Amino acid sequence: MRRGLAGQRLVAVFLAGGLLFNYPVLSLFDRLELAFGFPLLYVYVFVVWAALIALVAWIAERGAR
Amino acid sequence: MISGGLIVSVSFAYLLLLFAVAYFGDRRADQGRSIIANPWTYALSLAVYCTAWTYFGSVGRAASGGVWFLPIYLGPTLGFALSWLIILKMIRIAKTYRITSIADFIASRYGKSHLLGGLVSIIAVVGTVPYIALQLKAISSGYALMIGEHDAAYRAIHAGSWLQDSTLYIALVLAVFTVFFGTRHLDATERHEGMVAAIAFESVVKLVAFLAVGLFVTYGLFDGFGDIFARAFADAELAGLFTLDGSGGGYGGWFALTLLAMLSVIFLPRQFQVTVVENVNEQHLRRATWVFPAYLLAINIFVLPIALGGLLLFGQGTVDPDTFVLTLPLVHGQEWLAVLAFVGGLSAATGMVIVETIALSTMVCNDLVMPLLLRLRRFKQAAYPDLTGLLLVIRRGAILGVLLLGYLYFRLAGEAYALVAIGLISFAAVAQFAPAMLGGMYWRGGTRDGALAGLAAGFLLWTYTLLLPSFAKSGWLDPGFLEHGLFGLAWLKPEQLFGLQGLDNISHALFWSMTANIGCYVLVSVLRSPTGQEASQATLFVDVFRRGQAVMPATFWRGSAEVSVLQPLVARFLGIRRAQEAFSADARARGVARVEDLKADAGLVHFAETLLAGAIGSASARVMVSSVAQEEPLGLDEVMNILDEASQVRAYSHQLEEKSRALEAATDELRHANEQLKELDRLKDDFMSSVTHELRTPLTSIRAFSEMLHDDPKIDLAERKRFLGIIVSETERLTRLVNQVLDMAKIESGHAEWHNSDIDMRQLVEHAVSTTAQLFRDRGATVELSLPDAVPLLRADHDRMVQVMLNLLANAAKFVPENEGRVKVELTYGEGEVRVDVTDNGPGIPPGFLPVIFEKFRQGGDERSRPQGTGLGLPISKQIVEHFGGRLWVTPAAGGGARFSFALPLGERAAESAAAPHNEIE
Repeated sequence: MRRGLAGQRLVAVFLAGGLLFNYPVLSLFDRLELAFGFPLLYVYVFVVWAALIALVAWIAERGAR
Repeated sequence: MISGGLIVSVSFAYLLLLFAVAYFGDRRADQGRSIIANPWTYALSLAVYCTAWTYFGSVGRAASGGVWFLPIYLGPTLGFALSWLIILKMIRIAKTYRITSIADFIASRYGKSHLLGGLVSIIAVVGTVPYIALQLKAISSGYALMIGEHDAAYRAIHAGSWLQDSTLYIALVLAVFTVFFGTRHLDATERHEGMVAAIAFESVVKLVAFLAVGLFVTYGLFDGFGDIFARAFADAELAGLFTLDGSGGGYGGWFALTLLAMLSVIFLPRQFQVTVVENVNEQHLRRATWVFPAYLLAINIFVLPIALGGLLLFGQGTVDPDTFVLTLPLVHGQEWLAVLAFVGGLSAATGMVIVETIALSTMVCNDLVMPLLLRLRRFKQAAYPDLTGLLLVIRRGAILGVLLLGYLYFRLAGEAYALVAIGLISFAAVAQFAPAMLGGMYWRGGTRDGALAGLAAGFLLWTYTLLLPSFAKSGWLDPGFLEHGLFGLAWLKPEQLFGLQGLDNISHALFWSMTANIGCYVLVSVLRSPTGQEASQATLFVDVFRRGQAVMPATFWRGSAEVSVLQPLVARFLGIRRAQEAFSADARARGVARVEDLKADAGLVHFAETLLAGAIGSASARVMVSSVAQEEPLGLDEVMNILDEASQVRAYSHQLEEKSRALEAATDELRHANEQLKELDRLKDDFMSSVTHELRTPLTSIRAFSEMLHDDPKIDLAERKRFLGIIVSETERLTRLVNQVLDMAKIESGHAEWHNSDIDMRQLVEHAVSTTAQLFRDRGATVELSLPDAVPLLRADHDRMVQVMLNLLANAAKFVPENEGRVKVELTYGEGEVRVDVTDNGPGIPPGFLPVIFEKFRQGGDERSRPQGTGLGLPISKQIVEHFGGRLWVTPAAGGGARFSFALPLGERAAESAAAPHNEIE
């Protein structure tokens, strides 16, 4: 089990999440607009959120092998 | 409208179903076939994080603040990305030292302090009470809505008298239910498999119910997401919900909420219970790391659509948005969907209440009540042989007490706040545990006094900036102190402390309380160095992952007690049967036949203490054990000595490991060298026997003919001449052999003399062929010579190269068939080398001989048929060719014979002179 590497990847995901979910990156999408029929900010948060979860899943499950 | 009887019976039926699931889970656990021992159940049980707050409150929050409901779920997602660093360590520590609650964790880390455990328990209880009130409020207003006890704005009407208030009865029913769930019997590890199974089940129910309502609103009442958003977008007021600042609060508040949720998902008592205490296998955390955030994502997808849908349909400010999940189906005649939604909300609320109160009851019992009881002298002595019953009573009382406190808060302050606002107050309270917990896990320097000071300061500021204002806003306290500050001092205004403005009340409280908490924790900790007890516990916690590896001591405490004293002590709290089982297992593990034979050493005392710690908390266990054991508490110096010893031993063992690795490598080399030597020895023996054999053959014939000449003087002259001729040729052969052996030895040892000069291979080959012409003529063989017009000069020893050529030609002559022999000698050059091939039409070399043909004394053919020769020609030739950087090899020839080839590299200078011969001719 390469715990060391998986651990570092998870920390990297955490840092990326901290960056993407906060000012100033968040403010780029904080506009009164619709994207694909959804509010822009709403779409942004959910897409990034889902991507982070997918990334964590990939890292965690890969390490389990 | 639905009848109250129906709702009540549905609710009870659902609770019974939960109970059945729990019962089934416990049964399976007793049989050793756990149903919760898989990562999916574990991840689902973590979703107890989603309470009535999520279920009803998120929609309410979204209706007033748009995306502001999200940080509460983004925080845990980020926090769980770090679970492999933080939560795994907590699990390992808790499992190793049988820690069963956050209070126990902190108390144990800072030297098993009763005071600290008590303070943490109080903070946990006080901090969680608003959260429990939130659940009660959600259930009771949900119930009121379902049976039609509401005003025109769908606001629940609560009965004025306490005894007529259904909420009180809901609290009591939940208390009874939780008692059955969590404290049916006492377990040394405080694990509740049945409860976890029920919680995981509830997580599924609330997700399904919420998604059902979401789908109904989005696709039943509207035309999908696009429709809702487009209509909200067209409404100027609703469109404000689509951005952050349109809905109040800045990015600082957003960050504070995310951080708060991140801390809460780790330090809420119920999260600690399901994540750490109820964890069956550390590996389950791996899947939970992403399944739990995925659950949070799923349950949040429809929050904004439901909120916007409700606002669009009801209009703003008419219906309390916290009730949209129920009122939307109700108003549109979907009564059964409303019942499902109510059951989902019931799931969310009961799940939280059950786990939270069980976790709190463990804390209250182990860290608040037990220490007080232990102070009673009467109690310390064995006046009460079995206290398991008492422990259960305390815990049941604690569950009831916590729920009643929740109800009290609901009556006092519940009406003034939306659900989410109440929950956030609790979040800010449990965040106070973070410095002491995280500091304790990663920093050795934290002391008991530091943790006490930090927790007390943080708790005080939380009370002043969040809890008291919540009372004031509901009119239970004089609201004057909110507006004018305590004693009329403006800088003491609880929501603008020291004049700090521009933050919402949660960020404001979080900032001040965490600043005070961390500041006091660090400052007071570094005032003095840790005591022995603190230092030893710090090491056990910080280095928990190292413990298994080698020499970390199990305890820093030296003492001894007889098993005859310890076992009854443990039995008082665990029950006689369990104590007997535990000690028997320990005896078996140590290879002792009877429990009575267990050695009265520190290990046994430690074992008993760990057992007790599971039941009554580490601090109380420490007190109980020290009351019966002979012990000498260790000072800091002694602890440090033990630690130094341990680290020295670790260093030594590390060095030893390295040395043994080096030794192994050396041994391998030696073995290899030895094998080579053996091989060489064998070769030398072979060589000697071959040499002596080869010498004996000519000697024998010389001797035989000499003796004949000596013994018989009558031999005629012709015969005599023939004999002498044989003697001369055999002597020559002997001389040649001896010369070659010497030659070989010289070349091999590097003592041979080389006389290098520029040689023209054309001339050399021609010379060699003409020298051996007689040999081929005698055998009746023809030699075909193929030479290029010119070849570059080669830097080598002329005589040695002639020797090689002669050897190859002589070999060919020896093996070609009598009178039919054809030998082809070919000289070529190219690719930086000069190559000579000598091909014969002899019998060829059997494949078996190919590898050995260049070894000494190995001649082709079998003993009898092999022609005359020393068996040294080819090995010497090979040595010579290789000396000049070339190679000598043999391949089968096309017609069945053998082709011996050698190639010599051209030097740089030689390459230049390749074109020279023509010039010279001019």
